[in-house]
Order: sequence, then structure tokens, then C-alpha cells
Amino acid sequence: MSPNEDVDWDAIVSDPRFVVLHRRKSRFLFGLMAFSVLYYFLLPIGAAYYQPFFKIRVWGVVNIGLLFALSEFVAAWAIAWTYSRRAGQEFDPLAAAIAGEYARKL
Amino acid sequence: MSGGVSDNYRWLTFTVFSIVIAITMYVTYLASKRVRSASDFYTAGGVVSGLQNGWAIAGDYLSAASFLGIAGLISLYGYDGFMYSVGFLMAYITVLLLIAEPCRNIGRYTLTDILAYRNNPKKTRIAGAFSVITVSTIYLTAQMVGGGVLVKTLIGIDYETSVIGVGTLMLVYVLFGGMVATTWVQIIKAVLLVVASFIIVALVWAPYGFSLPGFLSDVVSDPKIQARVAVLLGDPAKSMTGAELGQRFLEPGLYLKAPIDQISLGMALVFGTAGLPHIMMRFFTVASAQAARRSVLWAMGIIGGFYVLTLILGFGAAKHVGPANIVAIDAGGNMAAPLLAQYIGGGANSPMGNFLLAFVSAVAFATIVAVVAGLVLAAASAMAHDLYVGVIHEGRPVSPIAQIKAARVATVIVGTLSIAIGIVAKGQNVAVLVGLAFAVAASANFPCILLTLYWKRCNTSGVVSGMLVGTVVAIGLTLVSPNLTYPKAVKAAAHKILVTQVVKRAATTDANQLAVLDRAIAKAHEDLKKWENVETSFMGLEAPLWQLRNPGIISIPLGFLAVILGSFLSRDRRAEQMWNEIYVRQNTGIGRSKIANQ
Repeated sequence: MSPNEDVDWDAIVSDPRFVVLHRRKSRFLFGLMAFSVLYYFLLPIGAAYYQPFFKIRVWGVVNIGLLFALSEFVAAWAIAWTYSRRAGQEFDPLAAAIAGEYARKL
Repeated sequence: MSGGVSDNYRWLTFTVFSIVIAITMYVTYLASKRVRSASDFYTAGGVVSGLQNGWAIAGDYLSAASFLGIAGLISLYGYDGFMYSVGFLMAYITVLLLIAEPCRNIGRYTLTDILAYRNNPKKTRIAGAFSVITVSTIYLTAQMVGGGVLVKTLIGIDYETSVIGVGTLMLVYVLFGGMVATTWVQIIKAVLLVVASFIIVALVWAPYGFSLPGFLSDVVSDPKIQARVAVLLGDPAKSMTGAELGQRFLEPGLYLKAPIDQISLGMALVFGTAGLPHIMMRFFTVASAQAARRSVLWAMGIIGGFYVLTLILGFGAAKHVGPANIVAIDAGGNMAAPLLAQYIGGGANSPMGNFLLAFVSAVAFATIVAVVAGLVLAAASAMAHDLYVGVIHEGRPVSPIAQIKAARVATVIVGTLSIAIGIVAKGQNVAVLVGLAFAVAASANFPCILLTLYWKRCNTSGVVSGMLVGTVVAIGLTLVSPNLTYPKAVKAAAHKILVTQVVKRAATTDANQLAVLDRAIAKAHEDLKKWENVETSFMGLEAPLWQLRNPGIISIPLGFLAVILGSFLSRDRRAEQMWNEIYVRQNTGIGRSKIANQ
């Protein structure tokens, strides 16, 4: 695979629209990734170090630990949904506009 | 011992198995007509839809270890088993946010394509292929061993025949149908798995009006489960009431006793999935980054939904079958779901019960074959595409016919090797092998891919050292960990059991307890005999050098460190010049069709 010489990659990188895409996307992805890693590791940490809290019964025999584990599923789906919505509404059109313009010059 | 299938119903098991195999064979036959190029063979021509790929990812990921293993862990240890499910799903967030779309935009057939695009192609292909083949082989061994044991338990044929059967069937799918057949086998298997689980869960849960507290309160008041918790807790259980013991089953700490180990395993799961070659390969089968994103969303829905169901499957098996009966058939609990299916259908002597058992068993069998097919394809592509075309031919054009021939030759080599390894590795611990595969993927592949995609300064030396350090450290730490058998400790424990259990045996008259004690005593004698002349582990150690079972917490940071240091200690003009291109490509998809058509 030889480097693709007919697209001016450097020009795209300094294109203001690409700069905006890069900045918004990086910030959003970093934030979401940090949140999901943190939320996930709360489960093993809670199960190991906060057992009395996890054992509190709140819904019949169902305790906080069980509800928290179930909430991880909801959180995972919510994170995925949030990302795909934002990507579809904002990142895809921006990327398509840039690609459309520069790829035409091929 | 067969898994509760009485000889009267053996024909039923064989019929259901034959139907499932016949369907997948027909699919392979149809697929074989569509496989004409290397692109068809490795990526199904890149025309798989997001929805189809989502099901196929689920089919690739829900291996026998997660389907049977997690239901089993929940049935034996309650809450802690369910914690595994969470990690397996959360792993897809990393895949979705960081890996899937850039890979689709840059890669062609293999994970190594992405690394070689930016870095020195020859060096990265060698290092990448080394790591891909290592991870796939470890995972493959786990599936082969697990599959062999499972088929042996389910239909009563011996271990070696089971391994050869699984391997041969998989070879037929991959050799003739390539990725097209593999994709469809994975889709069929995932649909069957979800349908089977839904039926069992519905039957188990319906009597409680689908109320979670209603179902669980029945679980905690079950004497079989209370007795199990009492055994797990030992002495502290003596001062607890039955209700307290039952409730303990819904609380953490019955299985995972070392918190750092649990966090280490979590790291390997959450970052390792994004470095598993057979999972990443699935993203090359779709047409665009958007389709890759849609496939992860579907996969997360299916995988997550399935893992929520394992809660009911596991607790249901604990209540209806009972932990003691599950352990009696398979010590790891792997038979929990099939036994629950049999109970729900009406029990061991009913036609419906045996039909459901046969159905779940056939699904488990299809599961193993489908996962193994994906793994062999990933390893074969590393051999044929990365090593043969990329390194030996140094990327010079290789004719399409020669490429697909190389792919098929590599498939036969990997497939035959996997059968041989499966037979040699008989008796190895499947969970340890799966954990190790995830750990190597998280420590070697994941840092290299992530930093190649997102770090401007990353270069060839960094990637090569990351691959080496990540792989060597993860494997090395596992070899000196408590996962291996240390005969000295085993024999000491056996001696202790003989002393204490014999005393207990003399003091009891309860028939159930006598049976349990007799089993423990027999096991202790067996261990003593087995290790009679051996004093050290496979590595020549009398005791583990460190206490963690999963190396992730050490090996993942070291993998990252190796990529960073390696990059800083050298300069690589190509990697620097390619940064703008690779960064624009992964974000915009420009030139993707050009890569795909090359």
C-alpha cells in the first residue's frame, strides 16, 4: 500500500473544519471513555471494598449491589446510544463535507 | 458420564445435532459459490450489513466459555458470577468509541494492516503476526479444550473424537466458505443461542409473573442454595440462619476473594476485547464506518441482552437443579444451563426435557464451532496476508489466485494444528487460557493499535517493542502465577483433607454428608497418586512467584510503556509523515474504497 499522493493530507489537517471536527470529537470521546471506565470499575471496587453498602436490601431481597450491576447494562447501552446519536448528527456530516470536497480532487 | 442424556434419548440428541449441522453445511455450500477472491475469503467481500455483522459479532463473542461458563458461575457462586457478565459487555464501549470506525477506515483484512499502514510494513507485520497468532492460538486452545470436554459430556463420545469432530467441521466451513460461511454460521448460532435462552428464561420466570424480587426471594429461601453457601463460607456459616445464608448468595465475595485480581481481570476484559484479532476482523466485513458503528450497537444490544438473561439462567439452575447436582456432573458448573433446560422441559425422563437438553447442547456445539472458525480465519489471515504476501513478497502484487490459495493453505495448517493442540492440551483450565488470551490482547495489540491511531509520535520501534513486551510479560507472569498446578501444595492439601475428613466421617451418620465426604476423600487419594513423583510446577517452581491470577494490571501498563519508550528512543520518518494521512483517513474515510480495492 503506497502512500496516497493525490490527496493533500496536510491541507486537510489545517482545514478549519477538520480542526473543529478533531477538537469536538476528541473531547467528546475522551470524556465518554473516561466516564465509562470509571463507572465500570466502580463495580469491582464496590464489591471488594464497600460490601456493607452493596448488601443493603432495597426491593424485596434485591440489594444495591445487584441493582448497581444491572445499572451497568443500562449505562453501557446509554453510552453507546449517546455516542452514535452525536456521531450521526454532528461528526458524520462534518466528515462527509470534508471528504466530499477533497476526494473530488482525486 | 454423559450429561444426563439417558441412552433411550440418545437418538434425539443425534437428530437435533444433525439438523443443526445440516443447516450450517447447506449455508457453507451456498457460500462456497460466492468465494472467488481473497477479499471474499477474508472479509466476505465487505458487503455484510450492520445488522448482520452485529449478530455475527455476538456469535463470535458469546463463546462456550461465556454462554455456559457464566451461567455456571452464577449457579455456583451467585452474585460474583454475574459480575463477569458486566465486564464482557462494557468491553464493547472501548471497541465502539476508539477502535471500530478507524479500523474500518484504514484496515483491509487484518489488524496488522492498520499498524503496517503507518509504520515500517515489514517489521510491523512480523511483530503483529506474531502477536495475532499467539493470541488466536491461546484462545483457540481454550475453545478446543472446552469444546472437547463439552461434547464428551453432552453426547458421551470420547474427548479426542470430540476435538477432531469440532476441528474437522470448522475446517469445512472455513476452507470452502471462508468469511462468508463463517459469518452465516455465527449469525445462525447467535440467533439459536438467544432463542434458546429466551425460551428457558420465559419458562423459569413466568411462574413469578416476571417479578425479579419474587423470583429471587424463592431462590434465597431454597435449602439447596443455603447449603451451598454454608459450604462456601465454612466456619462463619455456623452462626448464620438459613435466610441469612440464602441472602448471602445475592451478595459479592463468594468467588472473587482478591480485589486486585478482580480489577486486573476487569482491565484485561475491557481493553483486551478491542485487541482480539477475530473480533477486529469482523469490522472489515462491512462497507463503511457507519456500518461498523451500527454493527457494534446491534452487538451490544444482543450481547447485553443475553448477559442479563444469564442472571435468570444461573439462579434458575441453582434453584431447580441445585449447585451440588451441577458440580457432580461438571466441577466448573458448565452444565448448569443444559441441565436447567432438561428440568424445565419436564426432567430427565421426559421427551420434552430431553429435547430441550439436546437443543441447548446442539447450540453449545454450534457455538464452539462458530467461534473456532472465526479464530482460525484470524490466525490464517495473519499467516497468509501478513507473513506470506506482506513479508515474503514484501507487498509486491500477488495474483488473486495465489492469494486465496495461500489463505486456504494457511487455514489447513492452523486448523490441523488446533486439533493437535486441542488433544495435547487435554485437562488444561479453560478459564485461565481465556483470561490469558484477553491479557495478551490487552497488553500487546491494544496499546499498539491505540497509539498508532491516536498518538502523533508513535512509530515502528514503539509498536515492535510494545508487541514483544506485552506478549512476553503477560505470558511470563501467568507462567509463574497461582494458575499453574503446584504439586507440593496440592499434596499438602490432600493430606490435610485426609486427616480432617476421616475424623468428620466417623462422627456423622447422615447419608448425604457421607457421600460428600467420601467424594472428597477419593479426590484426595487421586491427587496424591497423580503427583506422587512430582514436586514442582511445569515451570520448575515449588510455589508461585506472585499471587495474582490475571497479569493485566502489570502487563497492560508495561505494554503502553514499551510503545511510548520505543517511540521516543528512535526516529522514524515514515511514521511521522504518515500521521496526517492516517489521522485524516480514520476520521473521514477518504480513500477507503481505494484501500479495499487494492
